Amino acid sequence: MSSSPATLAPPARSRATTRSRRSGRSRDLWLGVAGVFIVLAGAETLSRTGIVNPDFLPPVTAMYAALFEMLGEGWFWEALWLTVRGWALGLAAAMALGIVVGFVIGSIPFLRRFTNSTIEFLRPIPSVALIPLVILLFGTQPQSAFVLVVYAAFWQVLVQVLYGVADVDPVARDTAKSYQFGPLRVARSVIYPTALPYIMTAFRLGAAVALILEITAELVIGVDGLGRELGIAQSSGAVPETYALVIVIGLIGVAVNLLARFVERKALWWHPSVRSEHS
Amino acid sequence: MIRFLKATGYVLGLPVILLTAWWFGSANSTSPFWPPLSTIIETFPSTWTWDRIVGDVFPSLARLGIGFGLAVVVGIVLGTAIGLSPTLRALSEPVLEFFRAVPPPVLVPIIALFAGYTGWLGKIVTIALGCLWPILLNTVEGVRGLEPVLGDTAKSYHLSPWRRLVFVVLPGASPRIFTGARQSLSIGVILMVISELFGANRGLGAAIVQFQRSFAIPQMWTGVIVLGLIGVLLATLFKVVENRMLAWYVGQRQIERGA
Repeated sequence: MSSSPATLAPPARSRATTRSRRSGRSRDLWLGVAGVFIVLAGAETLSRTGIVNPDFLPPVTAMYAALFEMLGEGWFWEALWLTVRGWALGLAAAMALGIVVGFVIGSIPFLRRFTNSTIEFLRPIPSVALIPLVILLFGTQPQSAFVLVVYAAFWQVLVQVLYGVADVDPVARDTAKSYQFGPLRVARSVIYPTALPYIMTAFRLGAAVALILEITAELVIGVDGLGRELGIAQSSGAVPETYALVIVIGLIGVAVNLLARFVERKALWWHPSVRSEHS
Repeated sequence: MIRFLKATGYVLGLPVILLTAWWFGSANSTSPFWPPLSTIIETFPSTWTWDRIVGDVFPSLARLGIGFGLAVVVGIVLGTAIGLSPTLRALSEPVLEFFRAVPPPVLVPIIALFAGYTGWLGKIVTIALGCLWPILLNTVEGVRGLEPVLGDTAKSYHLSPWRRLVFVVLPGASPRIFTGARQSLSIGVILMVISELFGANRGLGAAIVQFQRSFAIPQMWTGVIVLGLIGVLLATLFKVVENRMLAWYVGQRQIERGA
């Protein structure tokens, strides 16, 4: 599971033998597959029998038919690419900015105290408050989405990085100092390894928020991408297409979560929180 | 005394500097998008009159409150059930993974199909559905991560299932539930605004966009500020409630860390 290092890890459960655990795992897998089928079949039945008006909830098979039809069309791939690109660029900028600012503010106690109130104030400001402003400045250009994504993801990253830098062992820091490490070397060999789990948490949280804001910008402002296509499909009454696009966007969300977990595992293979999951 | 002054200096120093910079930096601004701060402040009282607060701000906040409250109740009930039963958990996990990953604004067009988007219902459902997943999943994790010794002790004392739920399971899961509720609250504020941008509407988000469409830029800025203040206020309120209800937990962690 995604027990993040920043939160309390659940206490280890008593371990059964390897064998029963393995058979338990395959049972869980089958149950999961069954759960998905129950939901799909349930939705199909509700629609086919007319319990829920099929104009509002078309049969699942119709949604997937629309989905496969879309896969053959150019605009779909174009929109998908624009959405993913906007998400990735915004997230990358927010990560870079958040990590640099977090390292600088976090390692200088004066700056940390000096900026604390401002960060606490600016962080909860909902990024959607900026929507009217970016419409005025950029209209439906991709920059609108970029600003919203960076603003929303930046605070998530910054706060996690600040936690991470504050978590550095003072003994390690003093040791580095007495060995006369320069500030860059301290950042590289003392702060970075401690902060890395927090940076990974930041990546996970930031990735999800960035996707939300990217889709929001497309849907609300009309920046090109899947969100805009979704709005168009809905307002033109193409119901199966609307659902198909929601499914696609949801799958992007799943992919983003899986990617974040994969990166976390790869980057933190040495960290106890990851190693204990494999042992 | 000097210590107190120093502390206030740290708290107020940067905000004062930033506001001063904004004030003087924008003082002679002729750009229509960046009106002088003095103009924004002047338009504030005439824009956010009592009528507008009652007509736009309160309904928005009421919808947020109802939606968020529904999500908390449903999330905790479902999350506890799923967290306590391994079979149910295995059955629902992939489905929940998918619904959690769907960015909540996507719900708006779907709900618009069912409930229309002019009334309160569609907006409340949007907020509630968006807020549900973080609370639900964190409750599941919280219930699952309970200390096994606690559960065994409760069992050996023959606590009834109901009492076990109220005195062992829910308090044990509450730190995670609050984590989820905090994430939900910020999503809820986003959805509160977005849900008002569709269709002809009243509400805080609708008002701000109306200002922007009619190029009433200083008014629009006051709206952005009001929205920001509401975000800050809600976050503070949440922190107060959390600190009060989780006081035992915060204290316990401090002891554990100190030891």
